[in-house]
Amino acid sequence: MSKINSNLYYKFTQRRNINNVIFTIIAITFTLISLIPLLLVLTYVLIKGGSQLNFQLFTNLPEPPGYDLNTAGGIGNAILGTVIVTFIGALISIPIGVGGGIYLSEFSKNGYFSKFIRFGTNVLAGVPSIIAGVFVYGIIVSTRIFNGASFSALAGGIALSILMIPTIIKTTDEGLKLVPNDLRKGSLGVGASKFTTITQITLPAAFEPISTGILLSIARAAGETAPLVFTALFSFYWSDNINSILEPIASLSVLIYNFALEPYESQNSLAWAASFILVLSILILSILSKLSSNKKQFK
Amino acid sequence: MQSVPIISFENVSISYGSTEAVRNLYLDIPKGKVTALIGPSGCGKSTVLRSINRMNDLIDNCNLKGKVIFEGKNLYDPRIDPVEVRRRIGMVFQQPNPFPKSIFENIAYGAKINGYTGNMNDLVERSLIKAALWDECKDKLNQSGYSLSGGQQQRLCIARTIAIEPEVILMDEPCSALDPISTLKIEETIHQLSDKYTIIIVTHNMQQALRVSDMTAFFNAEKVEDSVNNKVGYLVEFNKTEKIFKSPNKKETEDYISGKFG
Amino acid sequence: MSISAKGEYILKRRTRPEKLVDKGFKSIVVFFASMVAIILLGILLVVFAGSLQSMSRYGLGFLVNSDWNPVTNSYGAFTAIYGTLLTSFASLLIAIPLGIGTAIFITENIIPLKIRNIIGMMVELLAAIPSVVLGLWAIFVMEPFIRPILIIMHKFMGWMPFFGTRPVGPGIAPAILILVIMILPIITSITKDSLNQVPIKLREAAYGIGATRWSTIFNVILPASISGIAGGVLLALGRAMGETMAVTMIIGNSNNFTWSILSPGNTISALLANQFGEADGSQVSSLMYAALVLMLLTLVINIFAQWMVRKLSLKY
Repeated sequence: MSKINSNLYYKFTQRRNINNVIFTIIAITFTLISLIPLLLVLTYVLIKGGSQLNFQLFTNLPEPPGYDLNTAGGIGNAILGTVIVTFIGALISIPIGVGGGIYLSEFSKNGYFSKFIRFGTNVLAGVPSIIAGVFVYGIIVSTRIFNGASFSALAGGIALSILMIPTIIKTTDEGLKLVPNDLRKGSLGVGASKFTTITQITLPAAFEPISTGILLSIARAAGETAPLVFTALFSFYWSDNINSILEPIASLSVLIYNFALEPYESQNSLAWAASFILVLSILILSILSKLSSNKKQFK
Repeated sequence: MQSVPIISFENVSISYGSTEAVRNLYLDIPKGKVTALIGPSGCGKSTVLRSINRMNDLIDNCNLKGKVIFEGKNLYDPRIDPVEVRRRIGMVFQQPNPFPKSIFENIAYGAKINGYTGNMNDLVERSLIKAALWDECKDKLNQSGYSLSGGQQQRLCIARTIAIEPEVILMDEPCSALDPISTLKIEETIHQLSDKYTIIIVTHNMQQALRVSDMTAFFNAEKVEDSVNNKVGYLVEFNKTEKIFKSPNKKETEDYISGKFG
Repeated sequence: MSISAKGEYILKRRTRPEKLVDKGFKSIVVFFASMVAIILLGILLVVFAGSLQSMSRYGLGFLVNSDWNPVTNSYGAFTAIYGTLLTSFASLLIAIPLGIGTAIFITENIIPLKIRNIIGMMVELLAAIPSVVLGLWAIFVMEPFIRPILIIMHKFMGWMPFFGTRPVGPGIAPAILILVIMILPIITSITKDSLNQVPIKLREAAYGIGATRWSTIFNVILPASISGIAGGVLLALGRAMGETMAVTMIIGNSNNFTWSILSPGNTISALLANQFGEADGSQVSSLMYAALVLMLLTLVINIFAQWMVRKLSLKY
């Protein structure tokens, strides 16, 4: 054989080995660069926000900028507001999203309509969140359609629901598709109606992926700002009765936005504190949803 | 055994994570012969084959203890370059796996990365002739490798392996995904290659082992004591193919072979 | 009832209510599914109707006129459109190699699977951090940190129009960097998925003939997954164009046009976030017109991205 009987040992000086090492180093470097922002942001939020933690933070109202230079008050109403607005968003988007997902997975026969809906879901998922705000401003805030109210918690919740619907539809659709067909056949085979089959057999079987998707979409919505800036606006007061949903409402994200741009240090600090609470809640929600979906894969 | 061993397993055990797949293997594979590895599924014969050119490196938790000796060197020595090993010990896989490139490029790619400086057209032609595929595809070398039938794809993969002129060719059930006619063609190809190369082939088809191989190693699997469904493979018997099939030394081998032949 | 002759199965024959429930249920889910279409059309309609006034007044000149002046009631969105395109494409340019490199690193077995999974999860966590928090961080941490670097860039490359102004704080360059952080997770996770979809037998084929890791990646794995990666890149582009809060907080919101990335600028979404709440009359219409431009831009890119991603599944 004409082939040179080359040595089997690894030779560092060989060009292919040098290339290999170079590219591996580049990949490692890129990975590290990609991780740095996460670590830095988390560190700063932890230090700058965590250091502000005290009891008053949760019970007090924020104070308008420039009112008192020593303190900016608390973020109690913003925490409550984020919970309320996100809750409204979830209340609207969960039935629509789960229902739409059920339609796609259980009823549609891959015709034009369902193709169009799937396509539309992806397109809606790509619509910039600020546009959702513009839309709700156009149909609700400026028209004062709800009892004459303009900026309101309800408008903010609706804007958030627009962002949540596509995620929930997609995860429901995909979650239901994972349910083995035998289960459906078994249920239909004993004479159960389609409604009974879906609500008693199929949906429960897909509970985990669907709840994961819902949790993720709630986590994302809780941090959204752009759709709230000119729908829910902001408020320096508690939203403490049922009429409050037709009034402007505070939220953590809008508080961060407003106070970050203020020239007063105490307001800036409050923005960091709000970031701490917001990031912590979102991370906990995301990790929870991650864990529940991991558990599913083990079964 | 009279002929010189080209590859020797010295007390090799292979495991995936905490699950042992093959235990305490000693085996000398002779140079210039066709050696078949047979046995029931789960006996680790494919794992053994893939350990020869360090293909198991691709599997995250695969771990090998013992020595695999090739040319007097332990292939699992940390100083060994697995890429170098694979250039000397080529492999044909169970599923035909051409690259999503043209037929010509499929063969030229391996040659290029191996630093081939000769005439590429000649090499492609030579390799395809050796793999008995030239007549069928000489007019469509620029078409995608996927345009070929399954059997042709597998012969293309053989041609691709031959093109890098390895000393040993490993074949992991190369015909299991193919129809009988394609299988016959591949077996003819193996016959032709057997004068120049050492070939190690894993097969579940006893007749095929009998038809193509000079030597046969029979593997079996036994239950691991403290486990319900984990089985670990071990070598039962290694001998001339004729001997294994006509008068094996071990009762186990005889049972398996007679069972397979029904 | 006569049915009781069958024994205890009084529901053996389907009752009217049960059939009605079935029908009603189907109608409801069909309606819910239609909501997607209704919302999408509603958005287009509202934004289009809202921008009619401005459209008839400025026509397509709106797109190339850089004068945005609520006082004189004269509007052109060129500064914001330029800012949107510049920030999104520039951030993409930086994020593509970083994201693809990271995705390759966590799909290859260079380090143990456990650590790779952790890295993958960390990248996904980055996507969970709200835009507004990144904006806050950008204002108080990142921008002061990079300003000296930007000043040096201005010193040495100031002769180029892109670096022609002295950095003074918020501006286009920090906005680009914050966008990089925001779209990195998208590119990384979609690339990772595309790489994982490449059949293992292709990788084995390359390794089996003695290809090195990176020869396999460049010659086999990346070409086989390119359409999925391209789809992911396009999705990231759409995301970068529509991204609002972090950009609004750090870009400076200036409507004076300049080529320089070191000076304050604007994007369409930042313009909307800043002015929509307090706008009235023809300003609202002009903002709607700008929103329409943004909507159409992201729509085209997203549709194209979907088409690309779908092409991937046809390949094997």
